Amino acid sequence: MIRFFLRRFVVAVLVALTVLTLAFLLTRLSGDLAISIAGPNASQDDIDTIRRVYGLNRPLWVQFFDWLGRAVQGDFGESYFFRDRVAKLIGERIPITMSLGLTGLAIALVIGLPLGILAAVREGSWVDRAVSLVALIGQAMPSFWLGLILMIVFGLKLGWLPISGTGSWEHYVMPGVVLAFSAIPSLTRLTRSGMIEVLASDYIRTARAKGLTRFSILVKHGFRNAAIPVVSITAVQLGFMLGGSVVIETVFALHGVGYLAWESISKNDFPVVQAVVLVLALLYIGLTLLADLLNAVLDPRLRT
Amino acid sequence: MSAVTVQAGGRSPLLSNWGFLLGAFIVGACAIIAVFVQWIMPHDPFAIDLNRRLIPPSWMEGGTPLNFLGTDQLGRDYFSRLLYGTRISMLIGVLTVITSGLIGITVGVLGGFYGGKIDDAVMFAITTRLSIPAVLVALAVAALRGTSLTLVILVLGLLLWDRFAVVARSTTMQIRNLDYVAAAWCSGVSPWWVLTREVLPNIATHLAVVATLEMALAILLEAALSFLGLGVPAPLPSWGLMISEAKEYMFFTPWMIIVPGAALFVLVMGVNLLGDALRDLMGTDLSR
Repeated sequence: MIRFFLRRFVVAVLVALTVLTLAFLLTRLSGDLAISIAGPNASQDDIDTIRRVYGLNRPLWVQFFDWLGRAVQGDFGESYFFRDRVAKLIGERIPITMSLGLTGLAIALVIGLPLGILAAVREGSWVDRAVSLVALIGQAMPSFWLGLILMIVFGLKLGWLPISGTGSWEHYVMPGVVLAFSAIPSLTRLTRSGMIEVLASDYIRTARAKGLTRFSILVKHGFRNAAIPVVSITAVQLGFMLGGSVVIETVFALHGVGYLAWESISKNDFPVVQAVVLVLALLYIGLTLLADLLNAVLDPRLRT
Repeated sequence: MSAVTVQAGGRSPLLSNWGFLLGAFIVGACAIIAVFVQWIMPHDPFAIDLNRRLIPPSWMEGGTPLNFLGTDQLGRDYFSRLLYGTRISMLIGVLTVITSGLIGITVGVLGGFYGGKIDDAVMFAITTRLSIPAVLVALAVAALRGTSLTLVILVLGLLLWDRFAVVARSTTMQIRNLDYVAAAWCSGVSPWWVLTREVLPNIATHLAVVATLEMALAILLEAALSFLGLGVPAPLPSWGLMISEAKEYMFFTPWMIIVPGAALFVLVMGVNLLGDALRDLMGTDLSR
């Protein structure tokens, strides 16, 4: 068990270091940073000044190790546009993105898991086909478009929910639903296939033969075993959701990390872009590590 | 085995699957539109007419039979732009899949075929790729290098190879130990021969399913990037860009948002239906 933990942890750290390097190279390899920051109307003097002030005239590897040394201490430098510490900017906005991600995940679980179980129990019936249609629709739905449609219907026509901003919990309902839509198909499909496999197993037949109630068979014996792959996909989905928050936060003007990223990208504020790419990647790495560990705890067969 | 064959009665199982038929119809129609759009569209999708702005679709009040889906904020014919957008989406979908497929299949087959250290490196590459937030990186690259159709295809192709690699790797691993591969080795052929004549043909159907998934994803991602203003540049009528331009008027002319989004939804649905049918077909193949 300890060896398993250690191995996964070492791989996670190596991946994190690779992403760190890639995040740095991303903003450097795409042309001359100083010219991008200075904008189209800048003179050569402006560009030279920017190069000197931001240290962009140093060799690339010096810049890299300088950045790396600070980044591992949680110091991502200063934002060119906001004139503030990048770590502080991200720290202020992480709670919004996390609330959005968790709301989306909760909605996806509440809808996706029962649908998957239902489809598995009634495999091949019209219920099953209806559920796979729901999954198909969810898969094909462009999230930003769904967001705009919801805004028109529930925000404007019906006036039930606020259209944008972060004032109250109601502001998270529409973005949460939109975010959930992207995770429901895979959650439903995985629950369904897991349940079908489990329901055909010997221990379910034994449970039936013992005369247990249907609910007890389905939930206690069935779902608990089918849930193992679902747990890991849930953690991974949360990671994808946080990554996908750029689009949804922009649509709903939720000022989370995704919105910050979009703002910084359009303003050539590269310290922030680098840091957000890194933070989202670290969150994803952390979540997959957590998923692996949860899996090992839930299913001793996987502890290799 | 015999029961299935008799039941099918000479009819291909694909043709009795309504999902496949619908998917094939949608994707086929979009492909035809994409190729022949110059001859199909009623107007020039780039022709601006500021005297005829924001005309609603022909069946709505104030609509005109001249512009079936009305006109946009610059007086351009919306139906023609929608049709031209099909070409952009199909182009992005197909070319991204080719790019990402080449990368992913090469990486995955190498890992699965050789195993050991090479496979460790492949797994590491896949894990690293998955932890990189794709939308964000694509946006950042587009902002730095300036937007263009080629750039969108390249960036998406370089980002979306992970699923190809995962599937190519695991299926190659299964096939590598089968008897016919061993037989091929015994006949003294080169590794290249075994890879191209024995391994690749036998994992092709799995890869085809991945290709549909990635094509759908690429089309959706391009639309999202264009919607955020960092995908396909104006005045090209990408569906995502059309939605983005209509956003300003969304509460007055909601059809301008609904139409391109619905087109996007239908095309992606069609591609996914094709993929599902392919997967079902393989399922029956495996059970036989």
